[in-house]
Amino acid sequence: MPKRTDIKSILLIGSGPIVIGQACEFDYSGTQAIKALKADGYKVILVNSNPATIMTDPEFADRTYIEPITADFVEEIIRIERPDAVLPTMGGQTALNTALELEERGVFKKYGCELIGAKVDAIKTAEDRELFRTAMDEIGLESARSMIATSLGDAERAAKELGYPLVLRPSRTLGGTGGGIVYKADELHRKVSIALAASPNHEVLIEESLLGWKEMELEVMRDLKDNVVIVCGIENLDPMGVHTGDSITVAPIQTLTDKEYQLLRDAAIKVIRRIGVDTGGSNVQFAVNPKDGRIIVIEMNPRVSRSSALASKATGFPIAKIAAKLAVGYTLDEIPNDITKETPACFEPSIDYVVVKIPRFNFEKFPMADPSLGTQMKSVGEVLSFGATFKEALQKAISSMEMDTYGFDRAKLTKSMGKRELLDACGVAAPHRLWLVGEAFRAGFSVRDLFSSSKIDPWFLGEIEEIIQAEEALKGRKIADLPADELRELKSMGFSDRRLAALTGCTELMVRTRRKQLGVLPSFRKVDTCAAEFVANTPYLYSSYSGMSEAPPTARKKVIILGAGPNRIGQGIEFDYCCVHASMALKDDGFETIMVNCNPETVSTDYDTSDRLYFEPLTVESVMAIVEREQPFGVIVQFGGQTPLRISAELAALGVPVIGTSVESIDIAEDRERFSALVARLKLQQPPYATARSTEEALAAARKIGFPLMIRPSFVLGGRAMRVVYTEEEVLGYMQEGVEVSHDRPVLLDRFLDGAIEVDVDAVSDGKQVMIAGVMEHIEPAGIHSGDSSCCLPPQTLSAEVIDELKRQARLLASELSVVGLMNIQFAVANGKDAYILEVNPRASRTVPFVSKATGMPWAKVASRLMAGKSLGEVGAKEIEPRGYVSVKASVFPFSKFPGVDTVLGPEMKSTGEVMGLHANFGGAFAKSQFASNISLPTEGAVFLSIKEDDKRRLEPIARKLSKLGFSLIATKGTAQHLRDQGFEVEVVKKVREGSPHIVDRLGEGEVALVLNTPEGWSMPVMDSKSIRLVANELRIPTYTTIAAADAVAHALEMVKDRTFLEVRALQDYY
Amino acid sequence: MSPDKRHTGAQEARGEVGYLALADGKVFKGRCFGALRGASNPVEGEAVFNTSMYGYQEILTDPSYAGQIMCFTYPHIGNVGCNEEDVESSRIFTEGLVVRAAHKAPSNFRATMSLSQYLANSGVMGLEGVDTREIVSYLRDNGSQMAAMAGGEDVKPDQLVARARSLGSMEGKDYVKAVACKEIYTWDAPSWTLAAGHSRKLSQEQLVSRPHVVAIDCGIKTNILRLLVDVGFRVTVVPAGTTSAEILALRPDGLFLSNGPGDPATLGYVVKPVKELLGKVPMFGICLGHQILGQALGGSTYKLKFGHRGGNHPVRDETTGKVEITVQNHGFAVRKEGLSKEAFVSHLNLNDMTVEGLESRAHRAFSVQYHPEASPGPHDSRYLFERFFRLVTGTGDQAAKGEGRR
Repeated sequence: MPKRTDIKSILLIGSGPIVIGQACEFDYSGTQAIKALKADGYKVILVNSNPATIMTDPEFADRTYIEPITADFVEEIIRIERPDAVLPTMGGQTALNTALELEERGVFKKYGCELIGAKVDAIKTAEDRELFRTAMDEIGLESARSMIATSLGDAERAAKELGYPLVLRPSRTLGGTGGGIVYKADELHRKVSIALAASPNHEVLIEESLLGWKEMELEVMRDLKDNVVIVCGIENLDPMGVHTGDSITVAPIQTLTDKEYQLLRDAAIKVIRRIGVDTGGSNVQFAVNPKDGRIIVIEMNPRVSRSSALASKATGFPIAKIAAKLAVGYTLDEIPNDITKETPACFEPSIDYVVVKIPRFNFEKFPMADPSLGTQMKSVGEVLSFGATFKEALQKAISSMEMDTYGFDRAKLTKSMGKRELLDACGVAAPHRLWLVGEAFRAGFSVRDLFSSSKIDPWFLGEIEEIIQAEEALKGRKIADLPADELRELKSMGFSDRRLAALTGCTELMVRTRRKQLGVLPSFRKVDTCAAEFVANTPYLYSSYSGMSEAPPTARKKVIILGAGPNRIGQGIEFDYCCVHASMALKDDGFETIMVNCNPETVSTDYDTSDRLYFEPLTVESVMAIVEREQPFGVIVQFGGQTPLRISAELAALGVPVIGTSVESIDIAEDRERFSALVARLKLQQPPYATARSTEEALAAARKIGFPLMIRPSFVLGGRAMRVVYTEEEVLGYMQEGVEVSHDRPVLLDRFLDGAIEVDVDAVSDGKQVMIAGVMEHIEPAGIHSGDSSCCLPPQTLSAEVIDELKRQARLLASELSVVGLMNIQFAVANGKDAYILEVNPRASRTVPFVSKATGMPWAKVASRLMAGKSLGEVGAKEIEPRGYVSVKASVFPFSKFPGVDTVLGPEMKSTGEVMGLHANFGGAFAKSQFASNISLPTEGAVFLSIKEDDKRRLEPIARKLSKLGFSLIATKGTAQHLRDQGFEVEVVKKVREGSPHIVDRLGEGEVALVLNTPEGWSMPVMDSKSIRLVANELRIPTYTTIAAADAVAHALEMVKDRTFLEVRALQDYY
Repeated sequence: MSPDKRHTGAQEARGEVGYLALADGKVFKGRCFGALRGASNPVEGEAVFNTSMYGYQEILTDPSYAGQIMCFTYPHIGNVGCNEEDVESSRIFTEGLVVRAAHKAPSNFRATMSLSQYLANSGVMGLEGVDTREIVSYLRDNGSQMAAMAGGEDVKPDQLVARARSLGSMEGKDYVKAVACKEIYTWDAPSWTLAAGHSRKLSQEQLVSRPHVVAIDCGIKTNILRLLVDVGFRVTVVPAGTTSAEILALRPDGLFLSNGPGDPATLGYVVKPVKELLGKVPMFGICLGHQILGQALGGSTYKLKFGHRGGNHPVRDETTGKVEITVQNHGFAVRKEGLSKEAFVSHLNLNDMTVEGLESRAHRAFSVQYHPEASPGPHDSRYLFERFFRLVTGTGDQAAKGEGRR
């Protein structure tokens, strides 16, 4: 049936900030959905608090609300916009939960709007463990035996009934937050308490363990005529027990016969029909017993998901786009297949390759976190890779990860192990298990041994064993001795040139040269949904050493855009946003745009974002093969974060036409000595610094610069291993903690400007003229990583003179560095006037999307057109000074996933995502940013204050606001004394080390609504107050650890109290 | 499983170089597995491809593939080995197999041997390490054609091409005689379940009161027989070529026309009794059976460029508007034109709008070009067996009304 005409306008709910378990896959799906709905003539209204998304670009939806995704705000948007329908299935769990809450409040009824995509009953049945289980019983499908617990008593009864180990699954949480496995009785209370606290409805499912079973997943779509298709089956390499988001997964399913696969298919179809998702996509997860094929339904998501993004990329079938069309009444047979153009979307893709997804973790950021994997998702990103065979796909995926591993090398193995220990280690799911398995084969273990240890299916183990056997067979051989056939065979197993170089004792370049001499070159193949049965029109390509190539290059003028690879802390969706913008702008300018990326969650890897998509690792080897094939006019390296930058020098040396700011300028900016010479020449200021190549040098340098100082390794991403130190002992400690120091990789020491205000300035230049895109004042002081700190635009405390001076310096630096494209400068402003340059990045920074949204000027598009040769005048860019509103960017942290990790901020970046708050004043914008980050600011209750000495001078106005708003104040002795001296009524509470009843006890009692705790120093003293923050984190009490943030939150609370912060406004009305 | 007696002498291959040669001169090189078939005993058949990702054992043992060399589009074949259960007939009928990667160490709880052993036991040759996507693209662009395949030291690609060229065309070839049963037999087993496998059998007492279907065997897949039993029939299988009088003597309540290999236009001896029985006995045909019914209803068949073989083709039931994901295996199709006025096209392939089903309510007969018995493939179309049961027993309209969810 054709699309519905009774609906004219649709509100799409996004997924908000990037958090673990909910990443940019929802930007990909939401963007697809908006495009599809608009193409069908619907008015689309969007709410999403994440400014780094493509979907929140003002030209996508008709009305774009960058507002918190909470029931209050969404209701307000509905009240103003009066949409006919609300589509909640594109924004992950956040959108579904919000829709459920709105339904409970009667908002849909009140404003006469209809929920499309999934009805409330369907959402409830899928989300509520008990209802789901009953539904499965009704259709004759087995569930794991389980019991619901809402208390510790319930949990004890469940343990008695089901026996250990037990799986905990809190209701309605993202990525399994708060879940886990209880192996023995003494862990029960602690783990169940965490699980109960994580669940919004204080409910946890306790389940029999299916550890070691196979885990499989089917992506299902259904239309209003009850047509159902399975888009893709996915098999987890890691057996049951590891969250699918943290598992290595493979498509299609490899280890089932057709009879068994069809049982899953039948079951998945029964599930979607019974749950009642009548339009759109869902995924159904199963456990399959490897011994007898018994099937258990684990769960279903009545919405698009991370897996559906993966399935879309893996098959070329755009699940979200089609789901959106189904939601407005189309049926599957009415929608054409975009890739073939000839055949309908109502079919099941057949693929003639293998895809492998490997998650990317960031445990090095959270040294206290438990790195073993379980039912709670802990990965922050993922890569996907295509190969003609599993081996090829697997090894390409490893190369894609950017973890300095290019195959089954030993880089991931941090310590040497005995044989027995090695085998046991393979039995523990952990980020580096794959490499341990390889090492175990090397040590002589068999597939059978490893199966009994790891429960990884023998088929996968056998494949890995063959890779290791091929490596062993290369022992003692030289690359020059390998004949073409053997080299081709190795390449078709996915061996990277780097790995072959390591195995044969030569350089990557030597391998590549030899390969080319012998004519061993990759072929490029289409992802076409149909295994070549029909001619595909869409050049969605991957490389393989397999035979014929397809999609020959065109004769057009081309630009290749190198993407950002897997998301990780420090490099997220912001860079994908820039890459996508470059592609859009250059397409408009008549270039053929070619995207290279390996991140399946992104918009950049959607097959219709660019003219061509190469789903490939961002390594020199892969990029060179594409460049040699396509012969582009230019290659853009400055939009994909560190990923393309770290190979840019090598690419340029190989003759690749890098466009935009030269690799030479990038080097000047990144090389400390060259850069500081520049700064000196321009008569600008930098904090004193030194470079040390040994512990002795570090100590000497520290004495020269003076304390406090910031110490870090020279190669950093997201502030990894950065620390502020106050004493020589701390310097010594840092150097001895295993920071890798060598002549090539020195350690850097900078004078730390305590208490200075940090400022980010983004600028663009065409090589002649420079424009300032935005000046952002950080809320947290210098010393907090700029990626973690909140910031506001325009600045709130800087004087006009200071702002002008910063702009002058930015222009000067951009000119001196001959920047063509984007540049970001971080300043520290000390004493309210002295500007120090902390860092210059002649490339897109993570603030670009925020600045673009705050100013209404698409700076990434502007920059890409400059790089391709246009001038600022030609592209019509202009500097914008936003008036009448303030934009606040706040960071979002994964602490709830890592119980036991301190929430205090520092020079090491820890945030996974960001939100934006827009409001007429700073307090309102900051309040919105907090609600958008899932922090519910209170309107009453007690505020606990524990403020370090230096900060006390700024405490008085904060306390004044709090008590005026009716909050009672609780403080530790010193802080209380200070406040009493100022005339406040304060209750004193003991510090933890002062004995019970202390502050942590009080937190547990539930009356403390807000914690303002600024810890002394950056290292040891912090530990004292850590338990406060840990408990506050577990109990979800809003906690602020800097005085600046405390001040901001006090402003925000005023706006929350009088509810004016609830005013919403579409982006289209701002500029 | 009984081996194909023609080639049981072949030795097991050990990765020897082998070639697939097409009649037009295109040659693909690979390594041999399964049985080694040398220059003197090459594999001969029509080169075709199948896009199913699962179910290679069912496909290998489907008699409809007699006379064909199968190229799988999915690169990994043999992952789950082979077993005693996943067979659609008594032996492998596919002449030869071409894959990207054949797996020697299967992983599945039901596996009893590797694919290579399985092929070797039946004298069937496999070729691996071939760029199967290239073969598929080639066949898609140039059409299916005859091919020869052999491996070992003395094999010369040119000679294989000549051999392939000498094979003529699939058009005009009757493979039914070679694959159909020679004697009448009855069938008493329902379909496979995970718990019971194929161990279930129905007793005579259970069967005796059931409506009786006579199935004309042109190369029938056993899952069709199993599903006929599942929906409530007693089943007797007769060889292709059985006359209408012989069939009527069995007192059938319904007639089933089976799938099978080769060119349907050569099967006048099967079409004739069907034509004679039209209107007398309710009928249901699958695949070749559909092409036979089409001819009996006055229509004709033609060869498709490269056929439909896979498990993902969308077919719309024109009587209900619903789409089912179907299993396809046919190189020929029925023309829309020329059918008697009682007949109408009941199902259409949404990929290329070819005829996928016929129905003549006046004759109480219907057929589908695709494979509702699946095995391998999706189970969406099993409702057709129920439709047939209702047609035979007169319980309700033959259209969708009252049909269980598919």
